[in-house]
Amino acid sequence: MSEPLLELNDVSVSFDGFYALTDLSLKLYKGELKSIIGPNGAGKTTFLDVITGKVRPTKGTVTFKGKSLLGVSEQQISRDGIGRKFQTPRVFENLTVLRNLELSASPEKNAFSLLGSGLPQSSKDEVHRIMNYVGLTPFATVKAGSLSHGQKQWLAIASLVAQAPEVLLLDEPVAGLTDEETLRTAELIKSLAGDHTVVVIEHDMEFIRDLGFDVTVLHQGQVLTEGPLEKVKSDPRVIEVYLGPPEQ
Amino acid sequence: MKLFQRLVPWILLAIALFILPAALDDFRLNLFGRYFALSITALAIDLIWGYTGLLSLGQGIFFALGGYAVAMNLMLNTKSLAGGNGIPKFFENYGVDQLPFFWQPFWSPVFALMALWVIPAAVAGVVGWLIFRNRIKGVYFSIITQAALMVFFHFFNGQQKLFDGTNGLKTSTTELFGQLVGSPDMQVWFYRLTVVLLPLAFLVCRYFTSGRFGDALIAIRDDESRLRFAGFNPVPFKTIVFLVAGALCGISGALYTVQSGIVSPQYMSISFSIEMVIWVAVGGRGTLVGPIIGATLVNYLRSLVSEALPEAWLFVQGALFIFVVVLMPDGIYGWITKGGFRTFLAAFGIAKKAKTYPQLDKEAIPVD
Repeated sequence: MSEPLLELNDVSVSFDGFYALTDLSLKLYKGELKSIIGPNGAGKTTFLDVITGKVRPTKGTVTFKGKSLLGVSEQQISRDGIGRKFQTPRVFENLTVLRNLELSASPEKNAFSLLGSGLPQSSKDEVHRIMNYVGLTPFATVKAGSLSHGQKQWLAIASLVAQAPEVLLLDEPVAGLTDEETLRTAELIKSLAGDHTVVVIEHDMEFIRDLGFDVTVLHQGQVLTEGPLEKVKSDPRVIEVYLGPPEQ
Repeated sequence: MKLFQRLVPWILLAIALFILPAALDDFRLNLFGRYFALSITALAIDLIWGYTGLLSLGQGIFFALGGYAVAMNLMLNTKSLAGGNGIPKFFENYGVDQLPFFWQPFWSPVFALMALWVIPAAVAGVVGWLIFRNRIKGVYFSIITQAALMVFFHFFNGQQKLFDGTNGLKTSTTELFGQLVGSPDMQVWFYRLTVVLLPLAFLVCRYFTSGRFGDALIAIRDDESRLRFAGFNPVPFKTIVFLVAGALCGISGALYTVQSGIVSPQYMSISFSIEMVIWVAVGGRGTLVGPIIGATLVNYLRSLVSEALPEAWLFVQGALFIFVVVLMPDGIYGWITKGGFRTFLAAFGIAKKAKTYPQLDKEAIPVD
């Protein structure tokens, strides 16, 4: 097999003696699609924090395309091609939907180039395509702050897609969405497969099944098991720590 | 109507340039010149606070630096104020017979004209960059700027041998183009200069707040760390606006100094810098018209109240601030353009409820 795109090796994160991640090792290959599940406090979000540069691991190495990500700033990691959607939908509330997307889609990230020039037409087209796909076109001139929770989730996902990263890290993309919205989100994420590497963190097992990605179970900061959903679901350890016994 | 709206700025400019000078006596006109000069500072604070979310309590530093730059030049070039060595007389009081080295370049009017905005901008740029790159934000940023203000205040206040200390530098008795700076003729020219520079400052602020750069500023205000994850480094953005705001405050301070007749360390007092913030809050932050309204109105009110009840102004100002924070959270301009009288009623819980709740934005309803 080829070199992994993203590799975590023996990563530990300790917050004042409490270990959020303990010797976590994980490989992600180009084009791989992965779901991560696990009980609360398993270290799922910390795992993303480590990759995106928000938290510096106490121990271990993180490499992306063979380069270490330790000590690299969040913005540089993002520019290198790792994009992230947060657990709560974080959008720029006082910018309109269109401006939110255009800001994320901007290929120039430097202050002076933003002063000087407008958004290139290709990026504009892309923004409109994405906005249309997530059904936010009628809300293009509405401030993001006045959208509903579900729409904000979609805007957050759409902003991430507009950013055009190679690796998409999605933290609970369907939290608080209706069943139909969840279904559409699954379709959206599946449509990204192919050129993108996607990691989804979720609690919604229906959604995980819809996605059909391989599942990694985290528990107490470590990988408990990996594999297709059906296999993972029948693993007694997973049932014990996360899923609970099947209903009688 | 559209045409009228487009003409409004020109009408206001024409009123300020031609009607006010004809209608007001010299004293009042000079006061209005000062209000407009202060409006430039209000614009600067709006740029960093209203748009970027950086509440600086130290803009007085840059304001005073601009004032000192122009005052130093005027003092040096006034023969009647020169003492024995050809340097300003006040130096003799402290036994200084040699001009301090940093005064030397201020002989040149060109240098002074540059220095009055370049020096504040440079100080703001360096201080801002150091603060921002260390990711200091929110209330800590406010505290640091206020601490910096106190440092500058005590330095200028204590250094009699360098800046005449607490007395400040008087510009009204200095000469420019063979005329007294404090003379009515000169003051009318300074008024005109201010009226021309204020719209330019407005345009500068609009340049930075509109377009994609402005979007990034609002994004910094809303969620700075989220912007990092979109690949933007907020530090240059914040440093640039803080630097621009510093330069604008310097220009404002210079204009204010020549019209008030003196620059003194009092311009770097804590209360004055807080008042600047109040003007913006009263006028309406996050809009570019608001701060001009706020600075002009609050200072006009201040003049009126101080003339009628000299001791009452601080009470009125405090009350005004509370009134605005509680009843007009978006300031006067926001109040006019958004809620209007309803926001008052809503504050007391007696506003008529909107038909649909939560409020639906009409534009937000899909057409199909």
